[in-house]
Amino acid sequence: MAAPAREPQAVLSWLRFFRSELRITFYRKRNLALLAVAAVFPLLLGIVLKISAPTGGGPNDTTNAAFFSQLAGNGIFLSFIALSTMLTLVMPMLVGVVAGDSVAGEAGNGTLRYLLAVPAGRTRLLAVKYAMIVVFGLAVTLVVSAMSLAVGAVFFPIGPVTLLSGDTVSLADGLLRLALITVYVAAAMAQLGALGLAISTLTEHAIGAIAAVLVLVVASEVAASVPQLGSVAPYLPTYWWVGFDALLRSPLDTTMLAKGLLSFGVYAVLAFLCAWARVTSSDVTS
Amino acid sequence: MHAVTTSGLTKRFRGGQLAVDGIDLAVPGGSVYGFLGPNGSGKTTTIRMLLGLAFPTSGSAELLGVPVPDGVTRVLDRVGALVEGPAFYSFLTGEANLARFDAADRTVDPATARARIGEALDRVGLVPAAGKKYRQYSLGMKQRLAIAASLLRPRELIILDEPTNGLDPQGTREVRALIRQIAADGTTVFVSSHLLAEVEQICTHVGVMRTGRLVFQGSLSDLRRTGAARIRVQTSDVETAVKVLADLGLVDPQAGDGEASAMLAGRSASTEPERICAELVQAGVGVREFGVVAPSLEDLFVNLTGEGFEISG
Repeated sequence: MAAPAREPQAVLSWLRFFRSELRITFYRKRNLALLAVAAVFPLLLGIVLKISAPTGGGPNDTTNAAFFSQLAGNGIFLSFIALSTMLTLVMPMLVGVVAGDSVAGEAGNGTLRYLLAVPAGRTRLLAVKYAMIVVFGLAVTLVVSAMSLAVGAVFFPIGPVTLLSGDTVSLADGLLRLALITVYVAAAMAQLGALGLAISTLTEHAIGAIAAVLVLVVASEVAASVPQLGSVAPYLPTYWWVGFDALLRSPLDTTMLAKGLLSFGVYAVLAFLCAWARVTSSDVTS
Repeated sequence: MHAVTTSGLTKRFRGGQLAVDGIDLAVPGGSVYGFLGPNGSGKTTTIRMLLGLAFPTSGSAELLGVPVPDGVTRVLDRVGALVEGPAFYSFLTGEANLARFDAADRTVDPATARARIGEALDRVGLVPAAGKKYRQYSLGMKQRLAIAASLLRPRELIILDEPTNGLDPQGTREVRALIRQIAADGTTVFVSSHLLAEVEQICTHVGVMRTGRLVFQGSLSDLRRTGAARIRVQTSDVETAVKVLADLGLVDPQAGDGEASAMLAGRSASTEPERICAELVQAGVGVREFGVVAPSLEDLFVNLTGEGFEISG
């Protein structure tokens, strides 16, 4: 085959492999159940908040309090509440299951050796798995955003949005900001996904990898809340996850956003490199 | 041209255990090569190294002329494999499973996927069960699906590890016929099996492993020549028969239940079977049955690999 003809063929065959991976990921009942959890949670949240109607003083920091106080006036805030609430543990769990299972599950199932014997290529397989995790993280985030927006629109009035910085913007502007927030949170989940992928390459037991991802998330969040570790906190992986409130200020707090995206990018690249080094140099014993 | 060659291939595990000790495999192209050895002798580790799943500690290996594991992505699409049992996705159907593995193949033509999958399923007799979920398959069906996966596209080499494991007699026969068919098409078949009777029926060459070393490699007829044939006489007068055999200078005369035997070593005038038979009859021994018995593959195998029951590794 001539060299120029090989390039598009390599890309096309990678896409074919990727499409197959997406198909079996979104076909699997377990993963559909995870997406269902992502959809049900905002619904429950909306119901609870409609019934109990908080006026302010949310359980966490001042940002949350601001969200809660705004909720009665504008249902779009349910999205922000849902995202910030679920980012602590629920969304990391949903993405962590798929990420932790990605390579470890194949190994435990025995299909890893057959994929490599096709040959799928070790690096190629890893790239497809990570791309799948990113897409799944995006899907989870979209479900949360969309569902909470819909529920918020049903239970509460929708209209111009009062930002954290005090200004009021139009609903369209608010929706645009929500879309950007969704992208930002999806990037955070992609960062977590890379960490999960790296952990997944270390074991043949998917359940151990998933648990390790959750332990990592909890440990990072706990450490970030310890005042003595204040100087280290910004370097922890979860620190910038809820930094999306930078998008709810006018003008946009771009420094915050940049720092958050940088943290996500650096962690994702390092984690992927670790996964790659591990996969390309170790024996496949399963 | 050899399909598989290794040179001093060695695998030492982290704990120090030497699983494969400098073996020099030479699998002739187009042959059906039986890879034999007791449990723990290093057969599976060798196969894993050939497929690029494990990295050798030292030595080298070549598959169809391409060095492995460096060149695995270049050569493995021409190699089909079944290693350590079938493994598929339990939530997919048999057909979807094959489609999944086909989608991971970078050099195959996607347009022919459906046709090739159908043909592979047909060759192993799984078409009626193609739409069932893998978790509902019996062991035999799982095994057949694994063989189908190794036949998804034309291969130059097929590596089968215990291909008839779990198959009913019809299935075993079909697999044997399939291997013969594949070999007739020019594909080299590398079979690892414990069923020596089967190996005897389908293999043209054998390689025998023992505690990580290759103790024999060559054609099946060469292996048979390493063991000496025996003369066996069925008679009611066993003692006289044994005496006659011993007097003729035959080695290791044995008296059994209604039969006498001795090793037929060398073919000189005095040890021709016809001559021995004549001598027995002349001595008044009533010969009910007389024959030359070649050593069974099982005997040859045990001779090469040891009598013990404990695993070697």
